[in-house]
Amino acid sequence: MTSLLLRDLRLAIRSGGGFGLALAFFLIVVVLVPLSVGPDSTRLSSIAPGMLWLGALLACLLSLDRIFALDWEDGSLDLLATSPMPLEAVAMAKALAHWITTGLPLILATPLFALMLNLPGHALGALCASLALGTPALSVIGTFGAALTVGLKRGGLLLSLVVLPLYVPTLIFGAEMARRAADTQDYQTPLLMLAGITCGTIALLPFATAAVLRANLR
Amino acid sequence: MVLTVTDLSVARGSWRILDGLSFQLSAGQALLLRGPNGIGKTTLLRTLAGLQPPLAGRIEAAPDSMAYAGHLDGVKPTLTVQENLAFWAAVFGGGDVEDATKAFALAPLRTRAAGQLSAGQKRRLGLARLAVTGRKIWLLDEPTVSLDKDAVAMLEAAVDTHLAAGGAVLAATHIDLLQERAETLDLSKHASAADIVGAFDEAFL
Repeated sequence: MTSLLLRDLRLAIRSGGGFGLALAFFLIVVVLVPLSVGPDSTRLSSIAPGMLWLGALLACLLSLDRIFALDWEDGSLDLLATSPMPLEAVAMAKALAHWITTGLPLILATPLFALMLNLPGHALGALCASLALGTPALSVIGTFGAALTVGLKRGGLLLSLVVLPLYVPTLIFGAEMARRAADTQDYQTPLLMLAGITCGTIALLPFATAAVLRANLR
Repeated sequence: MVLTVTDLSVARGSWRILDGLSFQLSAGQALLLRGPNGIGKTTLLRTLAGLQPPLAGRIEAAPDSMAYAGHLDGVKPTLTVQENLAFWAAVFGGGDVEDATKAFALAPLRTRAAGQLSAGQKRRLGLARLAVTGRKIWLLDEPTVSLDKDAVAMLEAAVDTHLAAGGAVLAATHIDLLQERAETLDLSKHASAADIVGAFDEAFL
C-alpha cells in the first residue's frame, strides 16, 4: 500500500499539475468572489467561510477523474486487481494520495486566501480545522465516484454530477462550523457531525469503491 | 497440477462465448491457446486471472498464483524503467528486479523514462514485470505484439527459465512461439453458439 501511495505521489509531482492545479483553481475562485459581489469588506467577511468552503470543494472535484482513469488506460488497474493487494487497500491508497496532493495544500493555503476574503481573524483556526476534518471525506467520496465512472469516455461531467450531491453533508457542516466560528458562536455540534461523516465515509466507502471497481473491470 | 479447469463457460458482456472447456496445466508446461479473433482467448485469460467470474465450471489453482499480462503493459510513462519494475516488485512482493532487467536487455534503458521507450521496448518492460511478480502461472495475451525477432527470443528464453523453475505458461498467440516445447489448445472446438445469458448483467457477483 505504501508503494502505491509513493508511486502516486511521485506521478503527481512528475506530471506537474498534481499539487498546483487544485491550488491555482482555489486561488482563482477566491479572486473572482470579490469581483462578483463587490469589494465591500463587511459583506465579504460575512460570506467568506461559505465561499472558502465552496472553493475548496470545487478544487477537490477538479482532479478526481485522474484518480483511476490513468491507471485504467494503461492497464495498471487490471494488474493491481490481480496483485496480492486487496482492492480496498488500493482504494484507500488512492484516496490518501488524492488528499495529500489536493486537500493538504488547500488547507495550508487557506490562511492566505482567507485574508483575501477578509475572514475575521479569530475564525481562521476553526476554518482550517473544519477543512482538515472535511477534506478527507471529500477525497474518499471522490474516489468512490471516480471508481463508478472509470472506463467511461469523458466521464468527467458524470463524475461531478454523481459526486456533488454526496458532498452536501460535508459542505453543510464544514461551512456551518466555519460560519459559527466567524460569528463567535459555539461550533461544537457541526464539528462533531463533520468528524462523524468523515469517519463514516473512511470506514465504509473503500469497500464500496472496491466493489464498484471489480464490477467495472469485468 | 498447478491449474485445473473443468467444464468452464465464459461470457463477454452478456454473450456466452466459450462452453465446456476443460484442460490441465502442470508445472513446467506451456500451453498455447489458438483460435480465430473473437473466439474468447482474452476473455478466458481474464477469467483465469480473476478479473471476471466464470459463467459456469471450476478453476482450481493455488490462490495468488497467476500473473496476467494483457494487451496493455501497465507502464507509467513518467517513471523510469527501474522505478516501474521496482514498483511492481514491491506490490507483488516477489522476484528480483536485477534478473528481470537482464532477461529482457533493459539494463541500458534503466534510467530512461518509460514514456520515451519504443513500443517494443515498452512491451519488453511489460513482460519483465512478469518475472518480478514471483507468480507460478503466467497468463500471456499476445505477448509478441510489437516485439522484434531478438526480443521474441528473449521472451522464449525467459519462458524457458520460468518453466525450468517449476512455473507454467498459458499464452494466447498467433505466431509459432515456443515451437517444440508447447502444447496447443484449439478453442474453436469450444465456441458457444453465442446466446445471451440474461439481459441484466449483475454487477456484484
